[in-house]
Amino acid sequence: MELAPLLQYLISGLTNGAIYALIALGFVIIYHATTIINFAQGEMVMLGALSAISIYHLYPSLPLAFLGGVALVTLVGIVFERLALRPVRDPNPITLIIITVGGAVFIKGVAMLLWGKEAYSLPSFSGDAPFHLGTATILPQNLWVLGLTAVVLLGMEAFFRLTLVGKAMRACAYNPRAARLVGISLGRMVQLSFALSAALGAGAGILIAPLTLGVYDMGTMLGLKGFCAAILGGLGSSFGGVLGGLILGVAESLATGLISSGYRDAVAFFILLLVLFIRPQGLIRGGS
Amino acid sequence: MNPRKFLNPWVLFGAAALLTAGVLDNDYYLTLINFIGIHALLVVGLNLLMGYGGQISLGHAAFFGLGSYTSGILTATYGVNPWLALLAGLVVCGVTAFLIGVPALKLRGYYLAMATLGFGIIVYIFFTEAHKLTGGPSGLAGIPSLSIGGFKLDTPKRLYLLIWPVLGVILALSANLVDSRTGRALRALHEGETAAQSLGVNTAKLKLLIFIWSALYASLAGSLYAHTLNFIAPSSFGFMFSIKLVTMVVLGGMASIWGSLLGAAVLTVLPEILTMFHDYEVIIFGAILMVVMIFLPRGLVRGLKDLWEFRRYKKEGGIIG
Amino acid sequence: MRRTVILCGLVMALAGLVLLWVGCGPKATSEPFVVGGIFSITGPASYLGEPERNSMEMVAEEVNSKGGVSGRPLKVVIYDDEGDVTKARLHAEKLLQKDKAVTIIGPSLTHTSMAVLEITQKAKLPLISCAAGLAITSPAKDRVWVFKTAQTDQMAVNRIYQYLQKQGLKKLAILTVSTGFGVAGKEQLLTQAPKFELAVVAQEVFGEKDTDMTPQLTKIRGTEAQAVICWGTGPAPALVAKNMKQLAMTIPLIQSHGAASKKFIELAGDAGEGIILPAGKLVIYNQLPDTDPQKAVCKEYATKYTAKFKTPESSFGGYAYDALRMLLIALEKSGGDQAKIRDELEKIKKFVGVSGVFNMSPEDHNGLTPDAFVMVKISNGQFKFLD
Repeated sequence: MELAPLLQYLISGLTNGAIYALIALGFVIIYHATTIINFAQGEMVMLGALSAISIYHLYPSLPLAFLGGVALVTLVGIVFERLALRPVRDPNPITLIIITVGGAVFIKGVAMLLWGKEAYSLPSFSGDAPFHLGTATILPQNLWVLGLTAVVLLGMEAFFRLTLVGKAMRACAYNPRAARLVGISLGRMVQLSFALSAALGAGAGILIAPLTLGVYDMGTMLGLKGFCAAILGGLGSSFGGVLGGLILGVAESLATGLISSGYRDAVAFFILLLVLFIRPQGLIRGGS
Repeated sequence: MNPRKFLNPWVLFGAAALLTAGVLDNDYYLTLINFIGIHALLVVGLNLLMGYGGQISLGHAAFFGLGSYTSGILTATYGVNPWLALLAGLVVCGVTAFLIGVPALKLRGYYLAMATLGFGIIVYIFFTEAHKLTGGPSGLAGIPSLSIGGFKLDTPKRLYLLIWPVLGVILALSANLVDSRTGRALRALHEGETAAQSLGVNTAKLKLLIFIWSALYASLAGSLYAHTLNFIAPSSFGFMFSIKLVTMVVLGGMASIWGSLLGAAVLTVLPEILTMFHDYEVIIFGAILMVVMIFLPRGLVRGLKDLWEFRRYKKEGGIIG
Repeated sequence: MRRTVILCGLVMALAGLVLLWVGCGPKATSEPFVVGGIFSITGPASYLGEPERNSMEMVAEEVNSKGGVSGRPLKVVIYDDEGDVTKARLHAEKLLQKDKAVTIIGPSLTHTSMAVLEITQKAKLPLISCAAGLAITSPAKDRVWVFKTAQTDQMAVNRIYQYLQKQGLKKLAILTVSTGFGVAGKEQLLTQAPKFELAVVAQEVFGEKDTDMTPQLTKIRGTEAQAVICWGTGPAPALVAKNMKQLAMTIPLIQSHGAASKKFIELAGDAGEGIILPAGKLVIYNQLPDTDPQKAVCKEYATKYTAKFKTPESSFGGYAYDALRMLLIALEKSGGDQAKIRDELEKIKKFVGVSGVFNMSPEDHNGLTPDAFVMVKISNGQFKFLD
């Protein structure tokens, strides 16, 4: 086996994996605070990419597009929590799954009306000239994705472990009643978690838009893969989520390169089923 | 004799079905009604699993597809008798449901949702990729019509005379199941697994049973679908269709046999009436899922009934006060 | 007790719904010619359905403003199948039974067309499909009532291979999308290769919604392929172009006619430069010599379409445009009898359309030849006519 293509598969896999990881982190944040799984997370990715592209078309500045897109989607996340999840009277998992799936379908439909069914492109953050690593090549945008994922991961760990708000959020998931007894506002924590996770999703969407283009139905599959990654990592842990994302990305890329490209998407879900059936607690036990 | 007792839903169901057969002679409406019947079969099965068993499935379209493709491939490619192919479909779906169900049903809530979803997507990819077997994304053509004796069921009306009686039998079977000892055990399971176990219910076995049962309904619906269309393609069995089925269950009301029929009917007819709003169709589906689950978690019928009773209660309360 | 009442109500409501729905059934009018349309206006293939619907409405409006067909108005009834076979089938039944259409144009996709022709054949209703699949109109003896206006993949492959042969290339890699379009393309690419003394050294596929094809391309990079042929629609082919640039691959990339749109050039950006593809003449009509009969037709279509809908014209819309215009000829000659419409459609010769010059016959219900395609190259963000 030659080494050169392997390196290339690895680069491609790690980039995709980092995106899955960012989306997985969005799931983990909400799960941390509420034990809810938000199936609309993938749509936040799509909204992020498309709003950034629209902002960029109005005013061509990438930093502004990035911040604007993230801010807009954060708002959507907060509104979604307020309108769709807070009024729920009987919050059992089936109800919540159906509501968030409904939310995902709804958001996707609205996006289709707003942006149409066309794909849009966003320029890369720092050019399109590939770097050479031996025979393999890597784009500056890949480095952006990998770098920002690392920063976000460290930031999140610090937030949950070191800050008071972060600890309070974890307390809410661990034992809501006890959390309330020590004076934590449950509602505000839930809202904060939705805002944070929407922001993360949007960030992921904007990061990959230069690589993958933005289109109204890009979110569903990304969201599902992100969820696979989160489950692989054990749902409760940020490190687990990132690890899950990277494993998933690399496995997909290797399977495409070495086995067959037709069953690429099946690989992710096959791994998911395998993990669920054999080790449902995930590869890493929940952090909290 | 109490006239109301005579007016039970079964009699009405039969009467409405007969009336439809007698009055209707328009292939379009009959085709639509046939699709309602096929969807209702699927929804009743899914409702047994979700509403009564309390287990979610986001990949139910996979069993529908497996039944369809088993029937389609055996009859179109290998010339097997359609009725035998239908039985083969049931076997394939039953065995698959068993193999998936044993490990999957150990999972709860989100994990089960994700496992069924993953299973659904894998099966869908299989339909698209296994060209030699399934005809790939362009579909499988040349599926013959069903026939009873020499009587070919090749017009919508004749199919109607098969699909709706079958649906009637399935509805009766399901109603019986729900009212039986198994049904009571199921409801106990829905309320809480630990509690059910302490009542002596073998929850693992029961969950598996109901999972296989609902897969068999889906397989039956799939075979009928293949012989109705004489052509199948993977796009009918994707993730979105699974979501649509869940929407039908939710709208009709969880744990309601008749509600399933209503859910299937409304969501099959609605897009036909609203064709001019096709761009809004997905938005409407999403909104239904959210609104019904938030405000009427027991479905449209019972939700409205609850509201009505609540108002009456308030009114009566007003009189007393 | 109350439960029973509720259930009764429910069933009656259901029956009522059915009756109500029946009540608003067809009204017997014989005045206008009713032509049905079934397109994938929403859903994954909306890039086909939307221009097809627009084109059909545009022609109908024009015809009616000029007094209709043989003095009778033309009424088009168009439904959206969302790329779903169940919906396509229902809409076909509706057009047959409720709207009493004399002919149906569409559907946009191969699998929806196959589902619809099962019943239009039985009902002896002419169907003019806008999909590419070969199986829609062949074998001709089984497809008496079915026509189609889209070029088949066979012709596109033929053109590409002619071009490759001229360039003296021998080894190629193919990368196809896993939809009906890609599968049909792959089949043709593989079966025609030996005829042109070409060897396919790598066959890879990608999903319609895939966003990263670098693994497949890396694999291709490790082979001796002298060119890559990509067969897909939507944004994915543009990503293939971008990914090739990212991997610093220098062998030529050839796209299918699925990429022959201005949107593709926009999405691929710099990576699109130098790509070669077969396309309908519409995309380069102003570069055609004046002697080409299609030049005028394409120009007229493009001008009218952009003026009316304020979006660029597309070759896909041309399928419905040609279909309805051919149908108008048949309607005029036949007076609206379905069997006669079919006969007249079959007799159409030398009809100059947007997608090519049609010569229908009992053996060929498509009527196009590989000449319907031209080879074009993308340079400076424009399609350039090659040959």
